[in-house]
Amino acid sequence: MVYFHGWEMPLQYSGIIDEHINTRSAVTIFDVSHMGRFEVRGSGALDCLQILATNDVAKLRDYTALYSPICYDDGGIVDDLIIYRISKEKFLLVVNASNREKDLEWIIEHCGSANVENASDKTLLLAIQGPLAAHVMEKVTAHKNFDRLKPFEFVVTDIFGAESIVSRTGYTGEDGFEIFVDSTRTDIWDKLIESASKFKIKPAGLGARDTLRIEAGLMLYGNDIDENVTPFEVPLKWTVKVEKSDFIGKKALTSRIIDRKLVGFELLEKRIARHGNEVFLKNGQRGGFVTSGTFSPTLKKSVGFCFVPTYISPGETVELSIGGKLYGAKVKNSTRFYKRIGN
Amino acid sequence: MEGTKFTKEHEWIIISSEGLAMIGISDFAQEQLGDIVSVELPKVGSKFRQMQPLAIVDSVKTSSDIYSPLSGEVVQVNDELSEHPEWINESPYELGWIVKIKPSNMEELDDLMTAGQYSEFIGEMEKVEEKGEAKK
Repeated sequence: MVYFHGWEMPLQYSGIIDEHINTRSAVTIFDVSHMGRFEVRGSGALDCLQILATNDVAKLRDYTALYSPICYDDGGIVDDLIIYRISKEKFLLVVNASNREKDLEWIIEHCGSANVENASDKTLLLAIQGPLAAHVMEKVTAHKNFDRLKPFEFVVTDIFGAESIVSRTGYTGEDGFEIFVDSTRTDIWDKLIESASKFKIKPAGLGARDTLRIEAGLMLYGNDIDENVTPFEVPLKWTVKVEKSDFIGKKALTSRIIDRKLVGFELLEKRIARHGNEVFLKNGQRGGFVTSGTFSPTLKKSVGFCFVPTYISPGETVELSIGGKLYGAKVKNSTRFYKRIGN
Repeated sequence: MEGTKFTKEHEWIIISSEGLAMIGISDFAQEQLGDIVSVELPKVGSKFRQMQPLAIVDSVKTSSDIYSPLSGEVVQVNDELSEHPEWINESPYELGWIVKIKPSNMEELDDLMTAGQYSEFIGEMEKVEEKGEAKK
């Protein structure tokens, strides 16, 4: 067990690599109830979310969701979250555990005309991830058309007698679902594992969640992004819709000069780089720092993300300082090391 | 575990009949580290003082120094670990040995724990951990 932002959570069950491989080859279940859930309701809800989010919340239809950063005036990231539109006047936000209080304050401050409620304790949040995830969901829910549910769409359906939100979302780079179920229904964890045993489902912890998201090139708040990082410096440019009406941080983001970028790297020697390790350039100068690093169980290589000056190109090598020693690393053309086959 | 001695940093050491010392990490240590994915080994011929770091073990979750239980000179390293770092998890006392050294001062052995003392030591550590968790 590890202590994670006030939650006591398993780092691993059967082992990080075993859980990781099971997610890529079959299916795993994660308890991610530590994530914050807020409800934003009322006639002013959409307008307030449009002001907060860099992505275009107006594009959402009912039962669809979208990923977006929310920024400060200077373009630094307050948090990254998923916004679910339940109806025109009711949205559900899923935010990082570490940012729950800060986000709630920030959202309330900018949502005077909407009703903002911390609904984190109302539900459990479980993630079913892996190529067999849709089979599991078809077996355990009343909903039978999961082949028609696209990524970032959701349904309200029955799971073991509990009305739940099931969205096709996740943080692993695999197909998968997240389930919001009433917080009194803690029996559902065991019931899901039991019913999905023929799909070789395994529970997975925070360790595998981290190795999976790094392989998939996904950002982690507090590691890769924070209030000192803008979406334009990391691979989140696609989430900033400068053409939409005003939003917090727009002015800064459209005028700020970008001199560093987050890139993927592959370490050329058998070590693992960790958050905070310094990056040195060919000329011996400091060039940035490692934000995330791990062993990739799929590629069997040591990989990660680091900041480098924008003039560094893919294929170039930099040196990472690990425990006071320098190790060569090759700069990749993206932070994504793994892409699943299919859509 | 007859004749095996342990450090507080969870290395084990066993002296062979030729007077060489084989070093690895304990079962408790490999369990705590989780999946080990790489090992940085010292060069044969390099010399270490007692409790100086002589190798580095990277697991998915963390990197840790491996300390030399005795002063001495490295005479052999387990090269196979570069292909099979997982042997430290699977067989910490046999296939997963890390280095062999020629000790320069056998009296330093007295500073180390016997298997019985070590199992008491990790038992105490686990008790402390449990207490810490109960507090949470």
